[in-house]
Amino acid sequence: MDPNPKRPKTVDRVDSVEVVNSSESTQLLCSIDPNRKRAKTVDRVDSAESTQFPDEVLERVLSLIDSHKDRSSVSLVCKDWYNAERWSRRHVFIGNCYSVSPEIVAARFPRIRSVTIKGKPRFSDFNLVPEDWGADIYPWLSVFALAYPFLEELRLKRMAVSDESLEFLATKFCNFKALSLLSCDGFSTDGLKAIATHCKNLTELDIQENGIDDLGGHWLSCFPETLTSLEVLNFASLNSEVSFDALEKLVSRCKSLKVLKVNRNISLDQLQKLLSHCPQLMELGTGAFTQELISGPVTEFKNMFSNCRNLITLSGLWDATPLYLPVIYPACARLTFLNLSYATLRSDELANLLSHCKSLRRLWLLDTVGDKGLEAVGSCCPFLEELRVFPAHPFDQQIFLGVTESGFVSVSRGCPRLRYVLYFCRQMTNAAVAAIAKNCPDFTHFRLCIMNPGQPDYLTKEPMDEAFGSIVKTCTKLQRLAISGLLTDRTFEYIGKYSKNLETLSVAFAGSSDLGMEYVLQGCPKLRKLEIRDCPFGNAALLSGLTKYESMRSLWMSACNVSMNACRALAKEKPRLNVEVIRDEDGADDSQAHKVYVYRTVAGPRRDAPPFVLTL
Amino acid sequence: MSVPLEHDYIGLSDASRSSESSNISSDQNEPNNVFNLKATELSLGLPGFSKNVGATTKNFMLGAKRGFADVSGKWVLKGGSEAQLGVNGGFEKSQTLTPDVKPVEDKKKGSGNENGSAQPSAKAQVVGWPPIRSFRKNTMAANSSKNADVTEGSLAAGGCLFVKVSMDGAPYLRKIDLKTNHNYAELSKALEKMFSCFTLGNGVKGREGLSESNLKDLLHGSECVLTYEDKDGDWMLVGDVPWEMFIDSCKRLRIMKGSEAIGLAPRSTEKCKNKI
Repeated sequence: MDPNPKRPKTVDRVDSVEVVNSSESTQLLCSIDPNRKRAKTVDRVDSAESTQFPDEVLERVLSLIDSHKDRSSVSLVCKDWYNAERWSRRHVFIGNCYSVSPEIVAARFPRIRSVTIKGKPRFSDFNLVPEDWGADIYPWLSVFALAYPFLEELRLKRMAVSDESLEFLATKFCNFKALSLLSCDGFSTDGLKAIATHCKNLTELDIQENGIDDLGGHWLSCFPETLTSLEVLNFASLNSEVSFDALEKLVSRCKSLKVLKVNRNISLDQLQKLLSHCPQLMELGTGAFTQELISGPVTEFKNMFSNCRNLITLSGLWDATPLYLPVIYPACARLTFLNLSYATLRSDELANLLSHCKSLRRLWLLDTVGDKGLEAVGSCCPFLEELRVFPAHPFDQQIFLGVTESGFVSVSRGCPRLRYVLYFCRQMTNAAVAAIAKNCPDFTHFRLCIMNPGQPDYLTKEPMDEAFGSIVKTCTKLQRLAISGLLTDRTFEYIGKYSKNLETLSVAFAGSSDLGMEYVLQGCPKLRKLEIRDCPFGNAALLSGLTKYESMRSLWMSACNVSMNACRALAKEKPRLNVEVIRDEDGADDSQAHKVYVYRTVAGPRRDAPPFVLTL
Repeated sequence: MSVPLEHDYIGLSDASRSSESSNISSDQNEPNNVFNLKATELSLGLPGFSKNVGATTKNFMLGAKRGFADVSGKWVLKGGSEAQLGVNGGFEKSQTLTPDVKPVEDKKKGSGNENGSAQPSAKAQVVGWPPIRSFRKNTMAANSSKNADVTEGSLAAGGCLFVKVSMDGAPYLRKIDLKTNHNYAELSKALEKMFSCFTLGNGVKGREGLSESNLKDLLHGSECVLTYEDKDGDWMLVGDVPWEMFIDSCKRLRIMKGSEAIGLAPRSTEKCKNKI
């Protein structure tokens, strides 16, 4: 089969070339390349009319465009550009698997090599979406097997993936190279066995945080000895032990290995051996970072780390203790991303470590480091752009440790370049957030989770409205916002009024009335994803977004105040939206819509909806 | 303000927990007050009961499972078939319903419960909150039990967790390693083995004749009550919370017998059978 299906010559090609020559289009072509001088293009138009922008040239130019947003814009210019774009596209990104069908994708893009698909609504990560909801990858694979037999890459997020699908993928796509599964479910390590066994050219196997049935680590031993192409191997979130012997051999023969993230069962001794085989690593995820006694001297281990000159990302570090953490110090100066979110470090341990990490851009922590640990972050990492602080004991209210508003403020003082923050805490104040916004005006992602639902400013007892108000007023580049704490409609008024760039908004236990949601839907011109749970927003709020939903990817509303009739009304008015209600288990109240998922689609209503999903 | 999160609860503390929840939610918006009144109505029913008895057990199991599931990381929403999770064991106690939840369903605020009709329980256990993915949840749960090892001052290496076990009337105490057991059933068995020499012969034929349910009957029947002292120094009934949470907070065990035990033991032996 021809890996590069030739584009059929269009009948009106000569005409279309002239169309492309119109000054409008050339100006548009100029706008893609700001460096091209206007005068030159005018000259070109005047001369050699017959060779202006033949399809192949246009395609060649467009093939250099990677961003799918730019490509969407390009395809809207004119018919010829639309065609050139679709023939030159190699990667397709599908943000909602039900917004389009595999057949439509295959018909439009004939030469795809790489696909990224996202499935379930994000709240499925937190158990708000029942099992067997859908987002099965199989129908996509069966179409791709015919349309893209030379498919190389598949990246899935929140999709239902069965072992059968993985086996199908492994056997029907002879050139398959890269598989990434994040937050997917439905498969077991048997599926991984199929991938390891059959994909002769595998470069990437990235298995992260999935609902996987871990039947054992034998899958790793299924990589044939002839496989030397692996560049990315991430099995950190799998619990079963793999054969260290097989792993060591695999790592030794894959000279291009850039990313290796092992699971907790790999000991320090074993890690040391692995590192000796792959000093070229760029990203390393260690196993357990604690051991009774390592077999060699610590200095040797330290040398191992200093030999890894390309290492910029370090993660894992499970159970890391002050005893062994120092072995990574030699590598710390080069690190740009350090993921300590599984290492229960205390503030002093963190401070010692961070004093070596001057180049850090991204840092993930557990809140065991406390406010003091965060002070160390502020003082050691001036280039920090991303900080995520996860709770060590999210469900235990007996614990009054963790981080507070003061830790966050300390970081903001020392790290003015912060763009991305995810912060779990048990107390916060409006004043602190205002200070943080002032210190870090460049936030693009601000996700604050005050863990007690509906908790006010703990000092003033007021709602946290002003906190988020200050964020949206000051941080004009804000794209993503997650709010929490006690919030009235005022928060939403601020959001609607000030967040001109907001694309994703997550709301829980907030708001006082329909107005809240209405403010957001009437403002926020770039809103794409809105997910709401446990808020008093009702039918008026839902319907106020009638004209907006088609410009968004999706809306999720659960445990709000929306009735089935309102959902039906929305569905009727907007046939290009799928309005789905996930029915309650006991079906107690059929007139209320407990979980509503609304999304735009060109594929029509779902044909694979389970019985508890009602498409209106 | 106390966090309205409980993994699990028994009927006895229902009233106090409900009033706790109502205090919390009175800080929140108005719609809550309606259902909080309902939540504070005293009854022997357990939070999470809805009007329909049929639904009740399901809701309740959902509620119960949530706590367990959080720790075990396995989220199953189908109510009926998952009885084996068995944390619902204690709930057969009472079928009395808290009056309802129907009006409450219209005011969803603060419920966080995906099963809308289980509103009152929601204050106690909020589904999917805080928003943390399962993998991290499970890992943290495992970590916290590991940390308990260290803080308890027991042997850190190898993960042992020895706690003292006392039995009323016995001349000396014993120590048992909670880590070698993986669930309540195994713990029961281990305790039975330890204390068999002290138990009276009522219905106990001999080791060989004992089935698992008999063991539990012995320990959890009307004769004995197995309790533990938690981190706060309170004496709690064994079996309510998920295993991981239990070993995290258990500091010592006590097998209550005789007059003290009368009336305290869960009536139903099904509780024991269903316990994991």
